Amino acid sequence: METWPLYRVLGPEATDSDRVPDAIKLKIYEDMVLLRSFDEKTITLQRQGRVGTFPPSIGQEAAEIASAHALSKQDWIAPSYRDHGALYVHGVPFENVILFAMGKASSISGDVRALPTSIPIATHLPHAVGLAWAARQRGESVVAMAYFGDGGTSEGDFHEALNFAGVLKAPVIFFCQNNGWAISVPVRLQTASETLAQKALAYGISGVRVDGNDALAVYQAVQAARERALAGAGPTLIEAVTYRLGPHTTADDPTRYRPREELEAWQSQDPLLRLGQYLAERGLLSEADQEAMQARARDWINQAIEAAEATPPVDPTAMFRYLYSDPPLRLRQQMAQLQAALQEEVP
Amino acid sequence: MAEINMVTAINQTLADLLAQDPRVVLLGEDIGLNGGVFRVTEGLYERFGRERVMDTPLAESGIIGAAIGMAVGGLRPIAEIQFMGFLYPGLDQLISHAGRIRHRSLAALTVPMVVRIPYGGGIRAPEQHADSAEAYLVHTPGLKVVVPSTPYDAKGLLYAALAQDSPVAFLEPIRLYRLGRMEVPEERYQVPIGPLRVAREGRDLSVFAWGAMVPLALRCAERLAEEGVSVEVIDLRTLSPLDIEGIGASVRKTGRAVVVHEAPQTGGVGAEVVATINETAFWWLKAPVARVTGFDLPYPPYAWEEFYLPDERRLLKAVRETLRD
Ligand SMILES: Cc1ncc(C[n+]2csc(CCOP(=O)(O)OP(=O)(O)O)c2C)c(N)n1
Ligand SMILES: [Mg+2]
Repeated sequence: METWPLYRVLGPEATDSDRVPDAIKLKIYEDMVLLRSFDEKTITLQRQGRVGTFPPSIGQEAAEIASAHALSKQDWIAPSYRDHGALYVHGVPFENVILFAMGKASSISGDVRALPTSIPIATHLPHAVGLAWAARQRGESVVAMAYFGDGGTSEGDFHEALNFAGVLKAPVIFFCQNNGWAISVPVRLQTASETLAQKALAYGISGVRVDGNDALAVYQAVQAARERALAGAGPTLIEAVTYRLGPHTTADDPTRYRPREELEAWQSQDPLLRLGQYLAERGLLSEADQEAMQARARDWINQAIEAAEATPPVDPTAMFRYLYSDPPLRLRQQMAQLQAALQEEVP
Repeated sequence: MAEINMVTAINQTLADLLAQDPRVVLLGEDIGLNGGVFRVTEGLYERFGRERVMDTPLAESGIIGAAIGMAVGGLRPIAEIQFMGFLYPGLDQLISHAGRIRHRSLAALTVPMVVRIPYGGGIRAPEQHADSAEAYLVHTPGLKVVVPSTPYDAKGLLYAALAQDSPVAFLEPIRLYRLGRMEVPEERYQVPIGPLRVAREGRDLSVFAWGAMVPLALRCAERLAEEGVSVEVIDLRTLSPLDIEGIGASVRKTGRAVVVHEAPQTGGVGAEVVATINETAFWWLKAPVARVTGFDLPYPPYAWEEFYLPDERRLLKAVRETLRD
């Protein structure tokens, strides 16, 4: 029987922690602080009616941020809706996240090697396989990494993607954040497997289980998977065991289904606390540094909000702009009809 | 009789179906403790337990495929798909199997199941939470498709759907879930699958609508009545099989028609309605039949939805143009 131990770096002994350069540790921490502040702020904006539904990643900052830091900017990311943290690290400004939440953009995307965020669960996993394969065919030394949740492992596309990747030996990483819940459904109702990582076994690919609230462990797990992929050793499924401390989205009320004790137990495992404590103990982070980081985060976020809110009201016909390079006559007619209707007096 | 909204009407009907028939099971994502993301199954898990109200893994093909097996195997499954935009991984099961098993087995096997699917826009939701994909379903032989636009019809159509030996897609207009209350009888009754409903009688023009477009059509009819125009509003409420005779009868009376739907125009159910009008009332027509629809685009981010969705402005314009000659 294979066992699926939880790889952990941060803890009383902090084993292996020196493999990550201090500068990277600090940068990861700073981005985690930023993501936490951003999510908290955006939840407030939603309550004020300034943005629509928003899926925060509170509690998952280590998994989001450290995983993306282990990638090169040339690598591809195939994200889902909760991955604005990873996208931020990859180069997508938070402003774009706010525009999405304001209903002014259909996904979170940017001028980086990332697909637009995918809302239909797990449907983007086969795309990651294709991206990885294309990169390899073109002789690029890059990987593709798909982000998804525990619930995603139940969809057919998850299994098809892992199987494809295994057969093709594609340089792809399946980064699964097991945050305990798929909206109101706990993992034990999602699968009878003891772990999610073990699902790799059936597809003949590598499977790794990592403490997802341990930023250094996540970083190293992704780094190792990336190196394996680039060396031609094939794909890896990483299960990052973490916890969604907040609601599924701002439209969700987790008190309906989630035991309070479970939440409290995970609050003490807050990834920010754990990395912060480690950095402080190592003398890498002073209280003044902490405060400076927080102040910087607030400034960045306020700037992003200002920029997003300063965008003018949408141009009604802009929605016609991107579907085709050669819009068919019917679509051009529809756009003209809308324009005409908008110009007429309200009847 | 109590005044209730559509969510309550469906919830009470589901509760009664579960109570009255041990073969009835509910399955879907988040329908248990959470009561469904729209709270349509609120309280049912607590009352009937996890074997009758099943939170499934996150897998639409699994949900519909398992429901098919349950139906063939003697249960009466009512599956919930969380939003119509997430039906697509399960479409294969509807198209390849639900609609065909009776035919394929020479009627030895039937698939008496209902798939409840919240659909439609106007709710400021993120991408793919506002799709109106009824055309894919209507285009699937063997499947029946119903769309209530009132709490009364929601209850009656749900009873009728469960009494079928065919699979029924039961589309629930999200925007109408809590929009209006009306008196709904406490006892069981069926609204038959097939016949349309004349939501408002009129002489000059027929507007064909379903789901959230029905209240829009009624508002426009009200406006036009002030101008002395008499508009008939037809709530199709069953999209498959279409009420061919009812459609023909209305247009033979009014001589003019407009079809309105949220879904994209091309290949939409509106085209089928227009073809039906041609077949049943062509010689009575005084003007070409117009369509007012969503555009041939993926449903846009919500900052655009007021422009994407048919509204009073566009519907009134089409009606007035159709009345002109
Ligand atoms: C195909 C599909 N089905 C259903 C949904 C509705 N839905 C959105 S998020 C979600 C739960 C996802 O859980 P998980 O995969 O664990 O990711 P998490 O939200 O926890 O990050 C569901 C059911 C969807 N978006 N796509
Ligand atoms: Mg999850």
